[in-house]
Amino acid sequence: MSSRGPLGEAAKTLTRAWTTADPLVSVSDLKVWFPVSSGILQRTIAHVHAVDGVDLEIKTGETVGLVGESGCGKSTLGRAAIRLLEPTAGKILFKGDDITHLRGERLRALRRDMAMIFQDPYASLDPRQTVGDIVGEPIDIHHLAKGKERQDRIREMLRVVGLNPRFVDRYPHEFSGGQRQRVGIARALAVEPSFIVCDEPISALDVSIQAQIINLLERLQSKFNLTYLFIAHDLSVVKHISNRIAVMYLGKIMEVAGGTQLYKRPRHPYTGSLLSAIPIPDPVVETRRERLILQGDVASPVNPPSGCRFRTRCPRAREHCAEEVPPLEEYGDEHKAACFYPLD
Amino acid sequence: MTQALLEVQDLHTVFATKEGTVKAVDGVSFELNPGETLGIVGESGCGKSVTALSIMRLQRPGKIVGGKVMFKGQDLTKVTEDEMRDIRGREMAMIFQDPMTSLNPVFRTGWQVAEPLRLHHGWDSKKALTSAVQMLGRVGIPSAAERARDYPHQFSGGMRQRVMIAMGLTTTPAVLIADEPTTALDVTIQAQILDLLRHVNREFGTATILITHNLGVVAGMCKRVIVMYAGRVVEAGPTMDVFAHPKHPYTWSLLRSIPRLDAERHEPLKPIEGLPPSLVDLPSGCAFHPRCAFKVERCSRDVPALQPVGDTQLSACWVTQAGTELKGA
Ligand SMILES: Nc1ncnc2c1ncn2[C@@H]1O[C@H](COP(=O)(O)OP(=O)(O)OP(=O)(O)O)[C@@H](O)[C@H]1O
Ligand SMILES: Nc1ncnc2c1ncn2[C@@H]1O[C@H](COP(=O)(O)OP(=O)(O)O)[C@@H](O)[C@H]1O
Ligand code: SF4
Ligand SMILES: [Mg+2]
Ligand SMILES: [Mg+2]
Repeated sequence: MSSRGPLGEAAKTLTRAWTTADPLVSVSDLKVWFPVSSGILQRTIAHVHAVDGVDLEIKTGETVGLVGESGCGKSTLGRAAIRLLEPTAGKILFKGDDITHLRGERLRALRRDMAMIFQDPYASLDPRQTVGDIVGEPIDIHHLAKGKERQDRIREMLRVVGLNPRFVDRYPHEFSGGQRQRVGIARALAVEPSFIVCDEPISALDVSIQAQIINLLERLQSKFNLTYLFIAHDLSVVKHISNRIAVMYLGKIMEVAGGTQLYKRPRHPYTGSLLSAIPIPDPVVETRRERLILQGDVASPVNPPSGCRFRTRCPRAREHCAEEVPPLEEYGDEHKAACFYPLD
Repeated sequence: MTQALLEVQDLHTVFATKEGTVKAVDGVSFELNPGETLGIVGESGCGKSVTALSIMRLQRPGKIVGGKVMFKGQDLTKVTEDEMRDIRGREMAMIFQDPMTSLNPVFRTGWQVAEPLRLHHGWDSKKALTSAVQMLGRVGIPSAAERARDYPHQFSGGMRQRVMIAMGLTTTPAVLIADEPTTALDVTIQAQILDLLRHVNREFGTATILITHNLGVVAGMCKRVIVMYAGRVVEAGPTMDVFAHPKHPYTWSLLRSIPRLDAERHEPLKPIEGLPPSLVDLPSGCAFHPRCAFKVERCSRDVPALQPVGDTQLSACWVTQAGTELKGA
């Protein structure tokens, strides 16, 4: 793996050269707000605080899982991390380079090193393009190969994701959901990225097909030394594939820990309820399980609650929770949680 | 044995399409006992919804081409449309994955929840509305009297599902069919709705058919389960037994292919290779045979019937019916 950032002379924040021992991606106090407008003049009257002060580090070769309820900002964080969105505030370092506000040619160069796999294999592929065109497009954009070399590369990518290379001239509608997801993965891999954001890559697939894709992603990771940010709402899948898990709620990270640690000893009350809500496919376990059922719905990201955002649903909330934002605090071995009255 | 409340016998429902006849439900049989929660699990397209819709006679444009649905001594596939409408209003209720499809956006929520009482019990609007508000309160809608004046779009997804459940329960039906009632919801809201369904089942004694593709939901909700594959029931039995020692290779493989939250170590998942079949062009013999790790020569030739295997389970598999235990790496 190259120790040089993709951006050449881009602003360095490390005083020495970046190495694979440093975080591949490092996000600090990141905010992404979307304007809400109203009236005939479409004046901005408020903002959706989709991502609202996130700190997260992702090491080379690891998989960080990102879980949370729909609308809590997972996709927005993922898109910002690979600069498909420009953040409102905060900082993103990639291989030691500040990419927060990168534009033009340098942003294009960055795209070679990062990719995204989307949830919906139906919507994310252009129905008028053949599979060869779909996988070949990023190769053309970045002038990576031409002619026969390009064809070989496309076929190789299809083989790598478990598709028959003879499929190059077929169209997306001729494939099943799982096969389309493989095409999406082949396209993401075509630029040989080091970092991939997988945004709910298996949510739209049949249960019996999900394991095929999870195993494929794991195999590709070790083969190409990939680093993943793996977004999903299914905590069982996230725990299976991730080294560490970040739990998000209303634009903020509430807890980060290794999967087993998070499951065995959650500190944040939200994590506790989330874990308790995940059904386990074992009737013996299920009948013995204690259920902590969260009341109410998620609050609005336009006007998030003061202090701790979870306090409106939190069974442990006290006065102080409304007054101050709890910081992410250490609980030993890479375990952090943001709560004034944590679970023990 | 208790007398079954609902008995589905060799049901066949088909759809005529350009590609040919889709055998969406291809000889499905099962019983629902009074007060129980029965799970129907299977992958997308295996015929769960069409089975439920056929029971309610809402399968159109599909056609029921064979079998019986016995309920209180009558065959529901034979009763008149008027009688069926009355049964749907009083005795059986169905709730869907997306409540918006069954709520009318232009009527106030309370009015809609009260509709079955006006229509099928002949109650006046005021009495029906009072009862609807009470029911909305019982399913956990806060300030029910005020919220009854709101329109469906003013409710969150979880709240809408509560409204649907309230609407289904107003006439205290004997059977409630819930078709993926939590699939569109976040897990914390799913937990709320499942808890409500447990509560409803206990308080009203409503027998419930819970359709889901989530094996965890079945494990936590249902004493008995039937597993469907390609329009057929491949396994049935007490949930404990089916999960502890599945008697159909599909169930067996499916259980090993999903990650568990309580797994102690990272072990590679064991996927089921291949794809679910097309219902227009089913594989010969056992529809699972092209993906089956246990198949024998006969599997691609003859369709196995659903037969007792072991003390409590039914399985449609030549291999387990011959006494072979399912095991493997
Ligand atoms: N109106 C229709 N016209 C043609 N085919 C249909 C129609 N409705 C359903 N089918 C077919 O019938 C089969 C069974 O569908 P069904 O909706 O019962 O599946 P399901 O098990 O409920 O799946 P899901 O988990 O996706 O809800 C599928 O192959 C489907 O494509
Ligand atoms: N382009 C956009 N314009 C306005 N609001 C947006 C946009 N994208 C996302 N949002 C809002 O930001 C919040 C977070 O969304 P998202 O990141 O998609 O959440 P998740 O992926 O966790 O479901 C939601 O309230 C969503 O409605
Ligand atoms: S800080 Fe307070 S409100 Fe927030 S999670 Fe902890 S106890 Fe609950
Ligand atoms: Mg998303
Ligand atoms: Mg369905």
